Amino acid sequence: MADGLTNPHLSDFRTPGRGNGILDIFTKRYLLKVLVKKDVSTRYRNSIFGWLWSYAKPLAQFLVYFLVIGIILQMDRGVDNFPVYLFSGLVVVNLFNEAFNNATRSIVGNKALVRKIYLPRELFPVSTVIVAFVHFLPQVVILILAALLYGWVPSLLGIVAALVGMLLITLFSTGLGLLFGALNVAYRDAQNFVEIIRTFSTWSAPVLYSWDMLAHRAPDWLFHIYMSNPLTASVELFHYAFWFDTSDGSLATPPLLLIYVAVAFVIAIASIFIGQFVFRRFERNFAQDL
Amino acid sequence: MTMTDTRPSIIVDNVRKTFLIRHSHSMKEAVIGKIRGRKVGSTPFQALDEVSFTVNEGESVAILGHNGSGKSTMLKLISGVLEPNAGRILVRGRLAGLIEVGAGFHPDLSGRENVYLNAAILGMTEKETDERFDDIVDFSGIREFIDQEVKHYSSGMFMRLAFSVAIHTELDVLLVDEILSVGDAPFREKCNQKIRELSDAGKTMVVVSHSVGTVRELCTRGIVLRKGKKIFDGPIEEALEVHKAKNK
Ligand SMILES: Nc1ncnc2c1ncn2[C@@H]1O[C@H](COP(=O)(O)OP(=O)(O)O)[C@@H](O)[C@H]1O
Ligand SMILES: [Mg+2]
Repeated sequence: MADGLTNPHLSDFRTPGRGNGILDIFTKRYLLKVLVKKDVSTRYRNSIFGWLWSYAKPLAQFLVYFLVIGIILQMDRGVDNFPVYLFSGLVVVNLFNEAFNNATRSIVGNKALVRKIYLPRELFPVSTVIVAFVHFLPQVVILILAALLYGWVPSLLGIVAALVGMLLITLFSTGLGLLFGALNVAYRDAQNFVEIIRTFSTWSAPVLYSWDMLAHRAPDWLFHIYMSNPLTASVELFHYAFWFDTSDGSLATPPLLLIYVAVAFVIAIASIFIGQFVFRRFERNFAQDL
Repeated sequence: MTMTDTRPSIIVDNVRKTFLIRHSHSMKEAVIGKIRGRKVGSTPFQALDEVSFTVNEGESVAILGHNGSGKSTMLKLISGVLEPNAGRILVRGRLAGLIEVGAGFHPDLSGRENVYLNAAILGMTEKETDERFDDIVDFSGIREFIDQEVKHYSSGMFMRLAFSVAIHTELDVLLVDEILSVGDAPFREKCNQKIRELSDAGKTMVVVSHSVGTVRELCTRGIVLRKGKKIFDGPIEEALEVHKAKNK
């Protein structure tokens, strides 16, 4: 026994159960792919309409908001091409809500695996964020069709803005998902708290109203914070990408948008570091707490 | 010192595992409990206490002990599912645990899809799975059902496929926990046969089993645990004696 410990050739030994954290999504690409495939192909099993639900849900949501906010509250008159404006913001918030919610529940949802087999646990939240992204794509297709109807002409800058917006949301929801996914194992309160954040998210970004309504009313510092919210920044990037060119230009793209986007990226990346740090602290107890 | 073929595969060094039996599962309970001065933290329970041993490459070791003596906990620590509270564990090579076969199975997927899913979960690459797919299916003996959804399988068929995937993973160290008691007698015999083959092929093995026959046949050495402490480590016959004596 003592032999083993004084053996000088310990270099090829490793400590079981210690992965490389979030970086394992690169070393375990195949496993990640298989986990994503499992979720995508089982989501609509045993449902008659299957993937149509991925189109139906956002459309129903859009109709309700358009009726209430657009027609009844008359936003339709204040914002040119309001349907495109509304939908391009809505898909961003949907992506965030879905990814964040999935990731928060991912560890508890994979209880059977987490308790019995070791694999880098970061793969669970990350794979569910990717699944959310896959379900987000049909919504982008609808958005593009709608924007084309309103005379949208794709531009390189617009496409870059949309991609940057998606990346921002994906990073931010991964970070928050790691954090709340880990907390949720010890305290199931986390997922209820996340429900509340999700309720706020639609209103915390200029989806149902326009950013300039706030600019006139809020103090500067508050407005800057509001604009640096990764959700707001992404929504504005999407407005820029799909809506701005089709509008009469009366609602400008926010000045300083690039700076807000940069700050939002810092926040999103910080959320990943914090999320990963907390995740690591809690991970050692996942198997026994579940 | 010369490099010999008796290098260790698993080093367990002064390992302690304490479980906290928690008294609260929500923040509300925790906070209210604290205000009322009730015990809110958790009661520690020592599942493993200062356990040390080394398993050399190619060795087959049985872990013996009563229910609750910490055998499964030991295997979970070695596989990395649990982390020790003190001490350290080091392993070398690819580890595969037949701890709970079928944990990664999804009822809505077909047998084929589940083979790929589980092989990936157990650390196999796509290429390795492709190469072994036929062996896995043949071993399970349920080829005609392989494209059916697993939820329509009988529990026997399910266990056959799950076990078959697990036993065909690429591995250097195999951890086996009580699963040799699954399935019907012919399949069990096939499993034991397969495990013997792996053992003969020089794979390292740590086996937990209640079947004295299996343990005697597979292992040359036994470690006896009692209430989380190692009380014996030596030749399998003596270990079985110690274990039996403690049983009474
Ligand atoms: N996650 C856990 N939380 C609290 N106690 C646990 C947990 N897992 C195991 N234990 C306790 O640790 C002890 C050892 O369990 P185990 O290793 O499963 O025993 P064995 O496999 O030898 O029957 C038991 O008393 C069991 O109740
Ligand atoms: Mg056990």
